[in-house]
Amino acid sequence: MKKILLSIAVAFGLSSGAAFAAGDSGGHIENIPFSFDGPFGKFDQNQLQRGLQVYTEVCAACHGLRQVAFRTLADEGGPHYSEDQVKAYASNYDVFDPELDDTRSAIPSDKFPANTAVGAPDLSLMAKARAGFHGPSGLGINQLLYGIGGPEYIVAVLTGYTGEEKTQAGVTLYENTAFPGGWISMGPPLEDGLLEFADGHQNDTQHMSEDVAAFLMWAAEPKMMARKWLGFVSLFFLGLLAVLLYLTNKKLWAPIKRKEKTV
Amino acid sequence: MAGIPHDHYEPKTGIEKWVHKRLPVVGLLYDTLMIPTPKNLNWMWIWGIILTFCLALQIVTGIVLVMHYTPHVDMAFDSVEHIMRNVNGGWALRYMHANGASLFFIAVYAHIFRGLYYGSYKAPREITWIIGMLIYLLMMATGFLGYVLPWGQMSFWGATVITGLFGAIPGVGEILQTWLLGGPSVDNATLNRFFSLHYLLPFVIAGLVIVHIWAFHTTGNNNPTGVEVRRTSKADAEKDTVPFWPYFVIKDLFALVVILAIFMAVVGFMPNYLGHPDNYIEANPLVTPAHIVPEWYYLPFYAILRAITFDVLFLDAKFLGVLAMFGSIAVMALAPWTDTSSVRSGRYRPSFKWWFWVLGLDFMVLMWCGSQPAEGLIPVISLIGAIYWFAYFLVILPLLGVLEKPLPQPETIEADFDAHYPPKDAKASAAE
Repeated sequence: MKKILLSIAVAFGLSSGAAFAAGDSGGHIENIPFSFDGPFGKFDQNQLQRGLQVYTEVCAACHGLRQVAFRTLADEGGPHYSEDQVKAYASNYDVFDPELDDTRSAIPSDKFPANTAVGAPDLSLMAKARAGFHGPSGLGINQLLYGIGGPEYIVAVLTGYTGEEKTQAGVTLYENTAFPGGWISMGPPLEDGLLEFADGHQNDTQHMSEDVAAFLMWAAEPKMMARKWLGFVSLFFLGLLAVLLYLTNKKLWAPIKRKEKTV
Repeated sequence: MAGIPHDHYEPKTGIEKWVHKRLPVVGLLYDTLMIPTPKNLNWMWIWGIILTFCLALQIVTGIVLVMHYTPHVDMAFDSVEHIMRNVNGGWALRYMHANGASLFFIAVYAHIFRGLYYGSYKAPREITWIIGMLIYLLMMATGFLGYVLPWGQMSFWGATVITGLFGAIPGVGEILQTWLLGGPSVDNATLNRFFSLHYLLPFVIAGLVIVHIWAFHTTGNNNPTGVEVRRTSKADAEKDTVPFWPYFVIKDLFALVVILAIFMAVVGFMPNYLGHPDNYIEANPLVTPAHIVPEWYYLPFYAILRAITFDVLFLDAKFLGVLAMFGSIAVMALAPWTDTSSVRSGRYRPSFKWWFWVLGLDFMVLMWCGSQPAEGLIPVISLIGAIYWFAYFLVILPLLGVLEKPLPQPETIEADFDAHYPPKDAKASAAE
């Protein structure tokens, strides 16, 4: 028994000590129950489509999404647009074509263009490149409970403006309760009612932030659904195999351990 | 092979004899698989198989990943995203490879601490232990090199910090660091050589694994009692052992499948838990991350590195930290000679047990310290942790052997096994 405890202690202790949350805490970040949380979570197709709208009409002015191909907007489990819709959407963007040595309007096989106009970070991986949760005491246990917290961090930044501004070395900085250091160079991008959703969904800042955060999670991890499916299939077959091997092992060792039933 | 007396391979048919005379490979496989294994091995003896599996998993997934990866500073990061998004099953390969490294290290730490508890390092298994330590060092190197390849922020800055350690060596440091990096700083030349070496070292590890197995197949496995298998005759040996196949192969496979189920749950449901978010940001030499943290499996030794915050004479703190970090593994490798106790297994060493578990706790505390910014109490706790680590191997183990009064050990492995699983006649007589 002690040895089992030893192995559990070693294995578990190692892995929980492992979440080396660096302590660059911005403000407190609230957990948000996203539809894709947990092993059973799925992306909400409508939410992803609303999120794409927020990205297109607001974020894309300064940020790029250069790892994401337009064609993936048609992916099942993702935004799941029709092929025609994707074609029409892509044609709104101009991309540089090295063969033409010129720009042309984008087709589904192209990627969203990079956008370095004002030095804003690319958003393709933003939802995986930030951690919302670190604690307690940097042990990272909260990440086990709530996930890493990338989308939560995005929502917290988008909704974390206090309204204070300052100018520093010619740059305007905006006070933000979630951003590390407290001052961010991005002005508040959203305001209540900034845009209308086709499905009539609520368009206050909080809801728009959640929608775009969900979209960015999909953009960062488009294969999430396949990944969770792999988890379940593996657990099922490995579980089955484990039961069979357990029984085989028990039977095999029974004579050695003198546990055979006597006739 | 010398060692425990047992039946050896006898070629029977004509073709078997023909082959055996020219290349006794079947005999080698037979003797390896049928090796007499102490029948009282507990569940802490599964990690060897887990580790062998990890090595195979890393090599197989790694070889396929290389088919799609581009080792160039302008393309490496995007090629990894290409794997994640466009290569069929690429995301699964990459997540298995990245988390496979973590499983590899969980298993190796369990394996090492098992060896420390049951005295597996003691005579006559010193060479097995030393080879194991070399494998562990190579694993650390391979893991570090591999972490640089995705060319994220932690890749770049981790490489900068770790190669900077070599720069701390007085006199030759700077030249050595430049030589390692292939230039004045981490750049394309660094990425290329790290890629090359990351591909090479696993095969060196595989070679050492064979030697590791060869060594302990010569001495025989240790076991939870630490009492040797009787070699007086084949009949005596057979009372203490069972052949590895099928008894331990099936047992180990069962354990492997259970661990794999946990592993696949991590890959499927939280593949980024053990990673660092900053590595999803492309490397940028102009922006230093707020806190540069190595992968979790280096944290205890990273904490020891940072524990030295003071200069001693003409040696500066950074160089002393480097010495302490490598020294902490060196003293572990010396355990066969610093442990003076005549009793092998911790099971029969009442004081040793306490010191051992404190060492385990120390390891965890150091790991936590390594993950925290080096400020406030962290350097002090790290220093205490580092001192205990060294004291355990250099002071406590030598003294315990002299001061401790060990408990009586069983005469034989058979006696220990029978105490757990009483023979039928004993059971019957006890029932009467």
